[in-house]
Order: sequence, then C-alpha cells, then structure tokens
Amino acid sequence: MTRAYVMDFERPVFELEDKLAELRKLDVSANPELAAEIESLAADIERLRVETYSNLQPWDRVQLSRHPKRPKTEHYLDALFTDVAEVHGDRAFADDEAIFAGLATIQGRHVAVLGHRKGTDTKSNVRRNFGSPHPEGYRKAMRLMRLADKFGLPIVTFLDTAGAYPGIEAEERGQALAIAESLALLSGVRVPVVVVGIGEGGSGGALAIGFGDRMIMLENAYYSVISPEMCSNILYKDPTQAKTAASCLKMVGSDLLELGIVDEVVPEPLGGAHTDPSAVFGPVGAAIVRALDELSGIDTHEMVERRYRRLRAIGAYSAK
Amino acid sequence: MPLADWFSARESRRYTRIDDTPQVSSSAEVADGVWVKCDSCKHTLYEGELADNLWVCRHCGRHFDITAPQRVELLTDEGSFAEIDTDIAPCDPLGFVAAKPYETSLEGAREKSGLTEAVVTGRATIGGVPVVFGAMDFRFIGASMGSVVGEKITRAFELATAQRLPIVLTTASGGARMQEGMLSLMQMAKTSAAAQRHSDAGLAYICVLTNPTYGGVTASFAVLADVLVAEPGARIGFAGPLLVEQTIRQKLPKGFQTAESMLQHGMIDEVVSRGELKDRIELLLGYLSPRPARSGERS
Repeated sequence: MTRAYVMDFERPVFELEDKLAELRKLDVSANPELAAEIESLAADIERLRVETYSNLQPWDRVQLSRHPKRPKTEHYLDALFTDVAEVHGDRAFADDEAIFAGLATIQGRHVAVLGHRKGTDTKSNVRRNFGSPHPEGYRKAMRLMRLADKFGLPIVTFLDTAGAYPGIEAEERGQALAIAESLALLSGVRVPVVVVGIGEGGSGGALAIGFGDRMIMLENAYYSVISPEMCSNILYKDPTQAKTAASCLKMVGSDLLELGIVDEVVPEPLGGAHTDPSAVFGPVGAAIVRALDELSGIDTHEMVERRYRRLRAIGAYSAK
Repeated sequence: MPLADWFSARESRRYTRIDDTPQVSSSAEVADGVWVKCDSCKHTLYEGELADNLWVCRHCGRHFDITAPQRVELLTDEGSFAEIDTDIAPCDPLGFVAAKPYETSLEGAREKSGLTEAVVTGRATIGGVPVVFGAMDFRFIGASMGSVVGEKITRAFELATAQRLPIVLTTASGGARMQEGMLSLMQMAKTSAAAQRHSDAGLAYICVLTNPTYGGVTASFAVLADVLVAEPGARIGFAGPLLVEQTIRQKLPKGFQTAESMLQHGMIDEVVSRGELKDRIELLLGYLSPRPARSGERS
C-alpha cells in the first residue's frame, strides 16, 4: 500500500497493515489455517492502533500538527463561519497570503477572524509561504484588530504556523517591529479575543495573533517558544534530540493546560483531526461560541484589565 | 549589589590576577590578561586603555560588548542608580534538562556575571532627570528572556507608569529563554502590554539596542520605544543570521542586520557611538517630557 505521508510512530501499525493486505491476496480456500491467521492479525492491528494513538508522545503530536491533510484555517472558515468578507493588504506594501483576515458570522454572531494560512497543495503553499507570514501579514492583522476594536467585533484567531518567516526582506521590513506592535495592540483591544490553536504554534510568529481572553487548543496542536528541532540543535547540540526536546519544552495542550496558558483542550478523533475533520469542527465551533457568549457579558474595561492581569501572572520565579 | 561593589568588581577584572579564579571578560573575544586583540582591526590593545575608552577600539571604533553594571555606570548620573526588584530570582519551572540541566546553566551564569538574572533595573537620574533605567547583560545565558527578565522589565514599566517617569533601557539578548518554554514566550506579550500602558500614559521610552539584540526581545518591548537608537556595528534582528542563511540558502548581504543597515531601512532613529549615548539620551529626554494637563482636558 502506498501512503503519501507516514509519521514515525505509525510505522508499526502500517507495517502490519501491509502484511495483512499481502495475506488477503492469498487463496484462503487452499489453506484453511490462513483465515484464522488473518482474523487474528486484524485484531492485533486494531489493538495496536488504539494503543498507539491513545499514547501519543509530544513529538508524535508535533508530527500530527504538521500533517499535510490536517484541517487548516480555511477549512474551519468553511465549516464554522458564514457570510465571510475577507480583507486584504496592509495598505503599505503588499497582501500577505500567509495570514487570513476577514469579517465573518458564527452562529449569528458577527466576528473578526484572523488566522495563519498554510496551503493545501504545493501551488497554494508557495503563494502562502507555507503559512509563515512576513511583516505585511502582521500589519494586515493589525488593520483587522483596529477595525474590530472600532466596531466592537470580537476577534477569533486560528494559529497554524511554523513561525514568522526568517528571510532577508522580512528582517529588513521590520518583522520584529510588526510582531511587537501586534502584541501591544492585541493586549489592549476592547473586544473579546478567542484564540484557537489548530496546528503549529511556532514562537513569536504565532504569538503575534496568539493570546487573548480564551485560549483553546486542539489535542494534537502545539504552541512553543522554539521548534523541537531547533531546540535540539541549540541546547542539546545534537540534531537527533528533537523528540526529547518536544517533551521537555512542555508544548502540547495538556502541558499548557497545566501551566495555565491554555484554558481548554479539544479532543481529536483517534489518529488525528485529518482522519475525520468533521469530528473536530463541531467541538471547536461549540468552544468558540461558548467563549464568545461568556465573554460578551463582561464590561469592556474589565475585560481588558483581566487580559492584562492574566498576562501579568504568567511566569515562574522565586521571591526572597 | 551596591554600586560601589560594581566599581571594585570591575577594577578587579582589569588586570591579570595570579589566583586561578575564572577571569571574567566582557566579551568572548576578550582574551585573558592585560592585552586584548580587536576582532575587527586585529590591533592589540592595552586593556586598561580600552576600558578608559569605554571599551571602544581607538583604531577602528569597534564597540566591545559591555556588562549591565558598566551600562549603569555609563548612562546614569554618578551615584544615582538604586536597583529595584533584587529579590526575584529564576527557578526551573519545567525541570528542563538538555546538554546540561537549566539549574546548572543558571548557576554558571550567576558565577560568571555576579548577577541574579540577565537584566538589572532601578531608579536613576540621567542629566538630572529622574528615570527608570534597565540594562540587559549578555553574559547571563545570552541575556535570554525568561520569567524573571520579563517580570523585571514589566515591573520597570509599571513603576515608570505609576510614578509618571520616562524609561530608558539598553537591550542585548539572544531571544526568549528556551528552558522556560511557553512561560518565556508569553513574556513577550506581557512586556509589550506593559510598554503599551506606559506609552498610553503619555510617557517617554528610549531604547538603546546593543550588540546583539535578537528574537523575542527585539520582537517585543525593545522596538516599542518612542526613540530607538543603536550602538555602531550592533547586530539587531528577529531571526538569527544562521537561521536566515539556512532558510534562504544563500549568503547574507554584507552588513545585514547591523545597526547601520537598520538605520538605512528605516527601522531605528539613530546610530550613536558609546561616548555620545548619555548626551543623546539627555537631549531626547528634554524634548520628551509629558504634556502638561490643561484645564478642560482629562489628565
């Protein structure tokens, strides 16, 4: 059987599945023992499958978060929102397709939607720079934040980026400044901000649109200060330690729930969101709507203060 | 540490010592002993003379990296600096172990720098003007920003806001501190939020970007200053040069991510040499005093 994308931890399951497929090609009537063997192998495979996907390690989840078939921002837009009015451009340099920005409706509620936008195939990935924004992307996002603030529209953001693009032009056009200004702006917008981590949450490039009043994360999404691969290179001085780094960095939903950075982790179907996208759209939509409804009752000033206090409380240190 | 101790600590570092305690150098390229080779022009410099020249090479103008206590001495009025938040210290919230445990790195950094963390903050006056002042120190785990750096910077902004004071910071950093994971990343949002509140209160913030300032520090509170100056030759950016080179798979242009190139691209206001920094900050502070509240206007 040929598979487009195999993750390391899935290999044992797939190897057995291939073996089973081979056995099924044989003539069962000529060998009555074969039928029993096939049946037992199939049961083993199912057991192994459940065991594998029920005991995913952080590094396995990182691979799932990057799966090419994983539902992306545009899929959530299609599934959860109606009457979408996209906005384009930063009014200064360009329209960065690695960031989606637009107005939309979710179950009758008007909102402003932001999201990192990876492509679904090579062509769209090249156009969208594989979901890694340039400064103009963050400046477009800031335009939408100001619009949302002006018209009182809650902001919903979807995180799915390996990071802000580390290129020459990005540096020269002020990648750092764009991210910093976005952080400053987002910290003070007078509307509820609901953040959903759907895939990769790569460092500052994710954070620029990635904190708010309610933090929701999918089970196999990650959010991290650095990619496990780069951490492995720098801190372990050994490129093969990414798996260990992924655990140490505490970067998946359950870890971040414990650290108080994330409020809610949305479970995925066995095998990951890409095996049955519709099974995650419902719960994600419900979590967003629940958050919007809870936050809409809070006085604007109080909400901004709460957001500040929440940020203010993050950090661990000892005081003499 | 009281200011007097810094002076004596600096004094003790100036000459070769006969004991075997580790020599503290202000930069990797500073060799042990009395003579220092300039990495740019290869001239051999007498360390005492180099220190007198504010650690700037008198042949080529190269600015050597200096420490946070040296920044305090350089930029604040003599005897005016009173350190704040000396009581908070880093811990190891994730139990992080890589090539070496985080605790070991912290211990090493403390020994090497004599500091408790990568930033020193306090009240001071600059040209007689009361300010909140902070300086980062690259010797402490690359002046990476973890919980304590984020907290101290945030508190500095909050103190300045509450006391209606301008804030002056000098930055140097490799970025967010990996060993504290997401707690470090979130310090970017926390410090930016505090900087924004200080700005909303109509108060001045001047930031001096020094070599090197990268990653999560550049992309948060550092560049949010009202006026951004940098020391000559300082490397400043978001992504490190190695990562950029690996990503684009080509050689980087000459001068990429230097203070001079940042100026050319409109990203900073001025490149100011070390000897002129204090005067420049005094000049700027003179212009950037809060507007007086007029009658009929909300304060």
